[in-house]
Amino acid sequence: MKFLCVNCDEQMTFQERREPGDGTFAAAFTCARCGHTIALLANPMESQLVRSLGVEIGGRTLDPEPMALVRENVVGRADAFAAASSTPQSATRNLQSPPTWSPEAIDRLARVPSFVRGMVRKIYADYAAERGIAEITPAVMDQARADLGLEGM
Amino acid sequence: MSEGASFRTYFEVEGEDRSRLGAQVGEQRRRVAARLAEIRNVVAVMSGKGGVGKSYLTAALALGLARRLTRGVGVVDADLKSPTVARLLGAAGPLALSPEGVRPALGNENIRVISTDFLLADGRPLRWREPEHERFVWRGALEAGVLREFLADVAWGPLELLVIDLPPGADGVADVAELAPSLKGAVSVTLPTDESYQSVRRAMASAQDAGIRLLGVIENMSGYRCPSCGSTEPLFPGSAGSRLAEDFGVPLLAQVPFSAGAVEVPSGLLDRFLETLA
Ligand SMILES: Nc1ncnc2c1ncn2[C@@H]1O[C@H](COP(=O)(O)OP(=O)(O)OP(=O)(O)O)[C@@H](O)[C@H]1O
Ligand code: SF4
Ligand SMILES: [Mg+2]
Repeated sequence: MKFLCVNCDEQMTFQERREPGDGTFAAAFTCARCGHTIALLANPMESQLVRSLGVEIGGRTLDPEPMALVRENVVGRADAFAAASSTPQSATRNLQSPPTWSPEAIDRLARVPSFVRGMVRKIYADYAAERGIAEITPAVMDQARADLGLEGM
Repeated sequence: MSEGASFRTYFEVEGEDRSRLGAQVGEQRRRVAARLAEIRNVVAVMSGKGGVGKSYLTAALALGLARRLTRGVGVVDADLKSPTVARLLGAAGPLALSPEGVRPALGNENIRVISTDFLLADGRPLRWREPEHERFVWRGALEAGVLREFLADVAWGPLELLVIDLPPGADGVADVAELAPSLKGAVSVTLPTDESYQSVRRAMASAQDAGIRLLGVIENMSGYRCPSCGSTEPLFPGSAGSRLAEDFGVPLLAQVPFSAGAVEVPSGLLDRFLETLA
């Protein structure tokens, strides 16, 4: 999918993606030449179609977690996946690899404006890594904001 | 925009999509390919017809071969809505997450298994979180996505063989071939009857049209093996197995009788199956 600024005859660049939480998404694209911005507003069915492909307009902010599509879309048993922290591998993982992001946390991060998203992501990741938190969830993000005095981010 | 303004169309606008949709689909394919690179043979078990023993024979092949092959055997249950093969293999959840991906459940003979059976609550059907309306638009994409994650996001490790147990019908194998270009081919399962012949012939033709290599035919329920005297008695009329093998110029890998008791296959089937992979 390409967005063309017809006036400038130039492909517009992805600016930001928003999910207001009502099953829809919006994506803004800007013309780098004239600065004109348009927003793509997808209805719930269109939004679900894109989600079903396991993709996001504008690109993913993070690598998708293993079986992200399954975990986000299948109505399954609560204990289908053993809690990561109860498996011995995740204990070593805390020490060696960066924390993972829950699907809800990824969504929330995606709502942060793109020009500060990288910085915000790093703040949360560092916060979690320093405290040995294996998975960043919205609750972890809330705690981090309170602890670091970052209200409003 | 002024009336009659002209503008370029998709292929006239050079450069990658800034929506990055195509790039993400490409990345998904690379993930599948990277995972399957460690697996020597990926084989699908298919049939146009339901209830002919695809899952039974998938389990039997996997169990028999796992005893012979040192490098390991895995099974993907691609029958998302009616998963049965995991239980035949003695595999159960929960699934554990590891840095390499989701760890497969272990069945008998250490067979690595992934199945929606581990995800769904007992007796509950496969359901999607989204509202039901206009489901037909995106359901196919989600099903293919689940299959893609079963291939790409499971920490299979190095395997000699990954067997994919398909749902009945002709389309499943083409979906798998598209997701997994390294698919070696498909084994077709039929009952001896003419009705089964007609149905499986269509499915095999459809697989052939999709460029999938047909590895051979297994005729299942070719007679009934008596548990007390061991003799084989007739069960269904017909010779669909040999007819299909002849039609498509592929080997009849085995005629497997219906036998009560533990899942098993004749050792000749395992030999011939391994020959088709060589
Ligand atoms: N050779 C056999 N000996 C004994 N039982 C068998 C044999 N083949 C199949 N069965 C049994 O017959 C039933 C149907 O077989 P199975 O479930 O494997 O068929 P299927 O083709 O996978 O069905 P579906 O199309 O629903 O996926 C099962 O209960 C299975 O255990
Ligand atoms: S084949 Fe029939 S008659 Fe012979 S032992 Fe078995 S059940 Fe009895
Ligand atoms: Mg089956």
